[in-house]
Amino acid sequence: MNAARPAGLTRNQLAWRIAQDIPDGAYVNLGIGQPVLVGNYLPAGREIVLHSENGILGMGPEPAPEDADEELINAGKKPVTLLPGAALFNQAESFAIVRGRHLDICVLGAFQVAANGDLANWSTGAPGAVPGVGGAMDLAIGASRVFVMTDHCTRGGAPKIVGECSYPLTGRRVVTTIYTDLAVIDVTAGRLTVREMAEAVDRETLQGLTGAPLGWAPALRPLTAPRV
Amino acid sequence: MIDKRVADIAEAVADIGDGATVLIGGFGEAGSPTELIHALIDRGARDLTVVNNNGGNGHIGLAALVEQGRVRRMVCSYPRSSDADVFRSFYEAGKLELELVPQGTLAERLRAAGAGIGGFYTPTAAGTVLAEGKECREIDGVDHVLELPIRGDFALIKAETADRWGNLAYRLAARNFGPVMCTAARVTIVQARRLVPLGGIPPETVVTPGIHVDRIVTVPDPMSERDAILRGDRYP
Repeated sequence: MNAARPAGLTRNQLAWRIAQDIPDGAYVNLGIGQPVLVGNYLPAGREIVLHSENGILGMGPEPAPEDADEELINAGKKPVTLLPGAALFNQAESFAIVRGRHLDICVLGAFQVAANGDLANWSTGAPGAVPGVGGAMDLAIGASRVFVMTDHCTRGGAPKIVGECSYPLTGRRVVTTIYTDLAVIDVTAGRLTVREMAEAVDRETLQGLTGAPLGWAPALRPLTAPRV
Repeated sequence: MIDKRVADIAEAVADIGDGATVLIGGFGEAGSPTELIHALIDRGARDLTVVNNNGGNGHIGLAALVEQGRVRRMVCSYPRSSDADVFRSFYEAGKLELELVPQGTLAERLRAAGAGIGGFYTPTAAGTVLAEGKECREIDGVDHVLELPIRGDFALIKAETADRWGNLAYRLAARNFGPVMCTAARVTIVQARRLVPLGGIPPETVVTPGIHVDRIVTVPDPMSERDAILRGDRYP
């Protein structure tokens, strides 16, 4: 049987949804890859300061190509801008900010997240492949809250939320909330609690796509986002 | 009189010998001391250990140093990128040793070396494969990993402005690893875009105090790594 994948949020809708949970005044790091999209949907009227590992607070959006400056890039090495109020600092200070638990939120991608909050997002452990960790391990243990942005399942349909990570860990018991195309799931005291669920699935289907037992918030709400 | 200026870039790297550990500043192309790296290639030193956040891009700068077979071992946090074919092929062929270090731990190990700290416990990487073989200890209920300093024989750094005492200021996010690497090497060699008289950098905006710098060479118009990679440039 070839079950169709339930249609949940698009990647940009998921970025929009995560952005709604970032409060006014927050200091936030958006990990390289998908999480950068969250920056496109930060709600108007909130002052949110974006941190970049290479030494920036107050990072602004991507510039027009003609204004790009190769000495002003983000952690993904893409050109960025500085907002009024921005600050630049060296690498040791940048990671003192991270490790010292001064960031309120970081948003990271994931290969796997375990029910106890373990995160695997830097290596599939494939032998011979060039490994690269960057700042992921520092961010995972450093930010007050770690949001994971991920598809609910792999392209092959395997659950990315699992009982125990089979890939090498980035950090142990670090994830606070998992945002997927199908659900928003809080990780508390080693348990998963679904706070929002996409209309494309019911509880049984969502549980079937998840590799660890799910609990349900008393006020379970639909996971929705505008067309973005 | 203190005058750390050297006449040309070849002289700046003339004593970097085989087997040296070289700290190379920069985060991707931002802050890469590309001209100093090219001078090091011309100098011919081999069997180097290189510490840099990345593994070099395209066929210039650090990637060219690797491609010329001069690097035995690299210490970095993220040698993967879309233009890192040289690193990948050397690594996959077993011609390059890699010590992978989380980015913040890399910065702090360099800082520790420059600050006379014998090591530090960090929660980063605790319980992961990157902590294997390292001393671990629980502090305030949190697992920590003992990390040791990384010292360089030489550091190659790009700055925006320098004076003859070696005081430095950096441009935008090109600062990155410069300030910690300057403190962590026995000999710190800086290419600066602009040389100014003493006092030309207002004291409260000096980022690296000159005490950490040994040699200054002026490179008024440093190459853009991004443009060079887009053009497909190679060095030599």
